[in-house]
Amino acid sequence: MAERIIKSFKVLIGVEVHVQLATASKMFTSAANGATNFGAAPNTLVDPVILGLPGVLPVMNKKAVEWSMKVGLAMGCKINRHTKWDRKSYYYPDLPKNYQISQYDLPLCGEGTFIVPLPDGSTKSVRIRRAHLEEDAGKLLHEAPGGFTIDHSIVDLNRAGTPLLEIVTEPDLSSGEEVAAYGQELQRLVQHLGVSEGQMQMGHMRFEPNINVHITDGDGKVIKTAITEIKNLNSFEALRKASDYEIQRQMQQWIETGSLGKKSTYGWDSSREVTFHQRDKEEANDYRYFPDPDLPVVEVSDAWLAEIKASIGELPAARLKRYCEVCGLSAVDAAIIADDRATADFYDAIIAAGADAKRACNLLLSHGKRLANERGVSMGKLPITPVRFAEVAKLIDASKLAASAAGAVFDKLLEGDAPAEQVAGSLGLIQSSDTGAIDAAIDALIAQNPKSLQDYRAGKQAAFGSLMGMVMKSAKGLNPKLVQERMKAKLG
Amino acid sequence: MAEKTITIDDVRHVAKLARLHLNADELARFTLQLGGILHYVEKLSELDVTGVEPMAHALPISNVLREDVAEESLPVEKVLANAPARDGDFFSVPKVIGGDEDSAG
Repeated sequence: MAERIIKSFKVLIGVEVHVQLATASKMFTSAANGATNFGAAPNTLVDPVILGLPGVLPVMNKKAVEWSMKVGLAMGCKINRHTKWDRKSYYYPDLPKNYQISQYDLPLCGEGTFIVPLPDGSTKSVRIRRAHLEEDAGKLLHEAPGGFTIDHSIVDLNRAGTPLLEIVTEPDLSSGEEVAAYGQELQRLVQHLGVSEGQMQMGHMRFEPNINVHITDGDGKVIKTAITEIKNLNSFEALRKASDYEIQRQMQQWIETGSLGKKSTYGWDSSREVTFHQRDKEEANDYRYFPDPDLPVVEVSDAWLAEIKASIGELPAARLKRYCEVCGLSAVDAAIIADDRATADFYDAIIAAGADAKRACNLLLSHGKRLANERGVSMGKLPITPVRFAEVAKLIDASKLAASAAGAVFDKLLEGDAPAEQVAGSLGLIQSSDTGAIDAAIDALIAQNPKSLQDYRAGKQAAFGSLMGMVMKSAKGLNPKLVQERMKAKLG
Repeated sequence: MAEKTITIDDVRHVAKLARLHLNADELARFTLQLGGILHYVEKLSELDVTGVEPMAHALPISNVLREDVAEESLPVEKVLANAPARDGDFFSVPKVIGGDEDSAG
């Protein structure tokens, strides 16, 4: 038998993501949303619609529809002006109605393109196939709370009916790293738009990569492994590792056995860091989709679409670009500020209040970060207003405050709000720019230290530093820049 | 007119999806009955629907939306009132083996 050789290969990964929307109520009824009431006692966010009791009728949550359009628009998707709801029928203990309301052939969002920044600084353009709105299922547990073994399974319906946006990409990704980068950029987007908390550990975003490999063998023939889907990954690390493992597993399987595998679903064992076979997908799932007679269609008018578009504002990628190109921040600084919306909004407010963009960045990343860390809040949530930050920035730029003294001013501002100049003044930190006073201090010192003056004139540059230090010490709050200037003029 | 015929295997498949256990007699009877229904509905294909937009809903209404306001849920005792079995405040169901943790998505 001829040896199987991989001359080259191409990895194709498409991703399905389920994003829980952070609405107050559920998708089709007014029971409180499980995604925004994480940790609620079991079965306390449940009403007759969630239970699927006879005679109940679902009514769409307007915000969930609008937020889905927002995400679609931000991902460059075409918004379908005419969409409908379909029933996806299957039996499972976490699905009381025995069908899930979803969108089959007329999803709210159609094709789009999403630009994903990669760790090496380049970007990847990922085609979006569709994004549709549906409802989440309940939670099925196989252990009692606390990890106790039980001989049955138990169901909590708090999650049932949570608005779920399913976003499907084309197979444009080619490594675990790219899949994880896509996930992170999507998380940034939904958090920025404020439509999902995007907390992975709470299940707000769940990922399912579909993976196969096109192998060029020793004879130059291209062969394709069967597509496998890895279910329910809910950390970026798992997403990256599971994808990379599955790529290797498919190629290894072909080299060792010549098998291309079967279309199937796999799970991820995060402790052993391996994918494991769950079931074959030989028989296509027969969900018997049909239009839900309980829900009228959704028509998206020009006016409605324009209103949603206007509400989106600047997107994270555009903001990052502006920070680098217009504000002149380094890529690293820009990324730190733009990463969290509250911080970025706060930063923009400091600039709007008149601060220099770079100075504002330095203050925010040094003092803002320190104060936020000390208090365990995000920078945007500090109890100091952007206006005060701008005042401090302006004091420094006007040489009225030493940059090194800014920390003391911020500490004082946290105790109580007052104009920054007043606070700095009360701390004795305002620097004098009175040239008369500076000249007098220099003259007095030169008179007292003729030796230093001689050393300086003899070419011992170090003497300048020690003289300047003495001038600064002789009178409190002199502007060091001016002192330096005046000394140079006087000493020649 | 192209006539759709339903086979006994179709009926077996649909019954399985609907979690119905049918015996041989029932399978034969329902195959005949369902075939009759499909034949009757097939009459619709005689209509010329050229240029008619497909409709997704019987009523000429759209955009029935509600504001996103959370309201009181049912007390847990009422939620579980019709449960065949319960375990504390959870529904208790036969052990699900070999499945995903849940069917989400």
